[in-house]
Amino acid sequence: MIFKNAADMAQALAAQEVSSVELTQAHLDRIAAVDGDVKAFLHVDQQGALAQAAAVDADRASGKAMSPLAGVPLALKDVLAQKGVPTTAGSKILQGWKPPYDSTVVSKLKDAGVVILGKTNMDEFAMGSSTENSGYGPTFNPWDLTRTPGGSSGGSAAAVSAFEAPLAIGSDTGGSIRQPAALTGIVGVRPTYGAVSRYGLIAYSSSLDQAGPFGRTVLDTAMLHEIMAGYDAHDATSINAPVPAVVAAAKSGNVKGMKIGVIKQLQGEGYQKGVQTRFTESLELLASLGAEIVEVDCPSFEFALAAYYLIAPSECSSNLARFDAMRYGLRTGDVDGASAEAVMAATRDAGFGREVKRRIILGTYALSSGYYDAYYGSAQKIRTLIIEDYAKAFTKADVLVSPTAPTTAYKIGEKVDDPMAMYLGDVATIPVNLAGICGMSLPAGLAEEDNLPVGFQIMAPAMQDQRLYQAGAALEAALSSQWGGNLITKAPALTGGK
Amino acid sequence: MALNYEQLVAKYDPVLGLEVHVELNTESKMFCSCSTTFGAQPNTQTCPVCLALPGALPVVNEKAIESTIKIGLALNCSIAPYSRFARKNYFYPDMPKNFQISQYDEPICFDGYVDVEIDTDEGPQQFRIEVERVHMEEDTGKSLHVGGATGRIHGADYSLLDYNRAGIPLVEIVTKIVPGTGKYAPEVAKAYVAELRDILRGLGVSDVKMEQGSLRCDANVSLMLKGATELGTRSETKNVNSLRSVERAIRGEMLRHAEILETGGKVKQETRHFQEDTGLTRSGRSKEQAEDYRYFPDPDLVPVTPAASWIEELRATLPERPSIRRKRLQEQWAVPDKEFAAMVNADVLDIVEATVLLGADPTKARTWWLGEISRIANDQGVDIKELSITPSDVAELISLVASGDLTDKLARQVVEGVVAGEGKPSEVVAKRGIKVVNDDGALMAAIEKVCAEQAETAEKVRAGHLPAAGALIGAVMKETKGQADAARVRELLLGHLGQ
Repeated sequence: MIFKNAADMAQALAAQEVSSVELTQAHLDRIAAVDGDVKAFLHVDQQGALAQAAAVDADRASGKAMSPLAGVPLALKDVLAQKGVPTTAGSKILQGWKPPYDSTVVSKLKDAGVVILGKTNMDEFAMGSSTENSGYGPTFNPWDLTRTPGGSSGGSAAAVSAFEAPLAIGSDTGGSIRQPAALTGIVGVRPTYGAVSRYGLIAYSSSLDQAGPFGRTVLDTAMLHEIMAGYDAHDATSINAPVPAVVAAAKSGNVKGMKIGVIKQLQGEGYQKGVQTRFTESLELLASLGAEIVEVDCPSFEFALAAYYLIAPSECSSNLARFDAMRYGLRTGDVDGASAEAVMAATRDAGFGREVKRRIILGTYALSSGYYDAYYGSAQKIRTLIIEDYAKAFTKADVLVSPTAPTTAYKIGEKVDDPMAMYLGDVATIPVNLAGICGMSLPAGLAEEDNLPVGFQIMAPAMQDQRLYQAGAALEAALSSQWGGNLITKAPALTGGK
Repeated sequence: MALNYEQLVAKYDPVLGLEVHVELNTESKMFCSCSTTFGAQPNTQTCPVCLALPGALPVVNEKAIESTIKIGLALNCSIAPYSRFARKNYFYPDMPKNFQISQYDEPICFDGYVDVEIDTDEGPQQFRIEVERVHMEEDTGKSLHVGGATGRIHGADYSLLDYNRAGIPLVEIVTKIVPGTGKYAPEVAKAYVAELRDILRGLGVSDVKMEQGSLRCDANVSLMLKGATELGTRSETKNVNSLRSVERAIRGEMLRHAEILETGGKVKQETRHFQEDTGLTRSGRSKEQAEDYRYFPDPDLVPVTPAASWIEELRATLPERPSIRRKRLQEQWAVPDKEFAAMVNADVLDIVEATVLLGADPTKARTWWLGEISRIANDQGVDIKELSITPSDVAELISLVASGDLTDKLARQVVEGVVAGEGKPSEVVAKRGIKVVNDDGALMAAIEKVCAEQAETAEKVRAGHLPAAGALIGAVMKETKGQADAARVRELLLGHLGQ
């Protein structure tokens, strides 16, 4: 059962062929078997999950109308507050903190009867691309346990890829859903900025953060997308508009007559050969399905990485100021006579990891008077140029495409001491965040040189998320028929249990 | 040699700058739905947002924006069609997020003015105070530093934090520099704050209670030699919590600056704290090295873009300006300056006007509210508005006296009854059986009795010594338990004694 797609599980639950308690227990068993190797979870909420599952079963037995994913288990990135369940954002500074409230996403999941198995590992405060920056140790890629699953939502991606959960939620600030989805051979979507409430999502960079779904198929991902999205009065940046019909789009999957724009700047030099090959093949496949392939020029994308690494650190330097030992979380240095200032400093020194400190310092500098215009100000101008490049490109194409990441999964430890090399892995995903639009990564096959998954990225204008699913489902269907099933079925079996 | 005040203003020109913080009286906080009620148990009016729990987000209180726009309009400001909130970053334990959401280079209201009038040696003179900006921000929590000598964070044994105030909507009203007030600088500043207070009260957007901190003033003062073109170094005095203190603090700072300058010293640019007991200021943190607050637009909030039509709707709801209204009422009621000032100071203008609008004579209405009723409020130690007597009660009372159904003395008993909750004046009259003795027969009986008892005095009156009649009238009134009309008693008495 655990190797099925979420949509199939949902159907089996609806037909009462399996109970949510059975399905949840099966996943808990799988977690117990393989998570010692994968280390996708920071906290498994066995009791809470089974209680939630039992409640769903009881509701279903009483004949209540059920939400489409009711009873299906899910893994939740530790960046989202869940009432009474440890929530750390991968940081030691929040060790042991149990939120007194549910994030809006968690409320929506609970309302829909989606069973939350536990909290997944992540780069500390979502800062990183390999999950190695977690305060609690790295997560390992189920395709090759010596490699990273990507990040920052590496735990969520690995959990879905290792069949520990059929669905997961991540957050994507610069590619943190799409890149790990690409590296673990699954589907990940970053919805339009403002489509999913950020209330209860521990902030890294407020203007870029967006939670989104992971699944093993485009349809599964769409079903979760539809549940998480929607206007929320608790988030001032939430968009007050109907959720695009993403499930319908995933079901119809058709690219006939669709104009697909290939971004000139997001290919070629710097992209691994196998990645480029799979990307080109997918394009040809789309053309054969009746799509019109055009090339678009986005010259400002050259500066996207630089802009991102000024805006995100600037915002995080302010967002993370609240971790000061005064009201919750870690407190160290509180010895006799220590001033509040000294306790704050000692706690932040002990609680934050190197990458977090690096970005706080970077952002503090970029916002300082005398430097603001040159750094933060210039970065915002680039952001405007990127928005304009996209707007122009979308007059020529319905969706835009690129490889999701320039490489396949790299070895644990390979880039962790070279921040610039790590940052370059986000080059293709970051423009979407800067423009506030939506993007999907779906599997395009395995790179011939290392037999590791390659991601294909689709981008669409703000609040046109259904286009991602429409194109993605078409490509997925064509690729699956070539492969004789999902790419994920080609993943090495995890026998687990170290 | 220190200069006295007269010498000081002969040599130097003071330049003022006033920043007034006003707590809005919205029901909920600026960015969350927590209550804003004053005086609740510490930390009971908090939530994930105002405690800055991880993941919590601010959402702007629309009512606060409405109030701020009204304030801007009342201060003759332009209203920005687009303004943003910014984050002011600094660490302090009473600020949960370690940044304050405020407005920085894009305030919602800008370029206004307030005219104030003060008495000068040459008679009443008007000064225009130009308003640079009116912007919104959130208040911080409150720290109570326990132990240590100064009550400040340094040297304290420990500190208690109350976040109930964290996130209360604040409006900051900042003037441009105010030159040209000369020796009247302290009075002008006081008049400005008083006028602001009246305007805000009239708008109903704040409690404007300086003693509770819902209106706080920071006064910037500098001195420049007369004729100089360059401004002197300023000090900023915080914690000025009454109108009188505004005046004292500025005068005190002028004298302190002058003393430094006269002895060849340099005024330090710093924050100072006003001390109510001594009237002096003490040094706070130095501002020589300006703090870098790393302001940037708050990415959690969207720009404030009030529609022009909404602004016009709000403009149409603005009440008459307090200074204009005062002039109008004083003229209409023909009240001398001194008495009118007494009414303003006692804060009874609204109720007197309400009473007059119900048909009462302005002078009588003023006398009742400012006299007997104020006295009762004073005795009970409550605000006059908290008493259960209303303008309509007073209007009724005045009409009962005018029609002769009550004497002034009896009316005072009725007021007591109304205040004691016995009902409207007519009900109190009925319940207590209060009535004027109109029966001349009964009055004559009493007069005869009194004249017999005080024959000697009666003789004096009969002989033409009229002032002696007062004692007899008093005795008659006593005899009739105060229910007689004194004027009628006098008439009958004098007639009885052949006068």
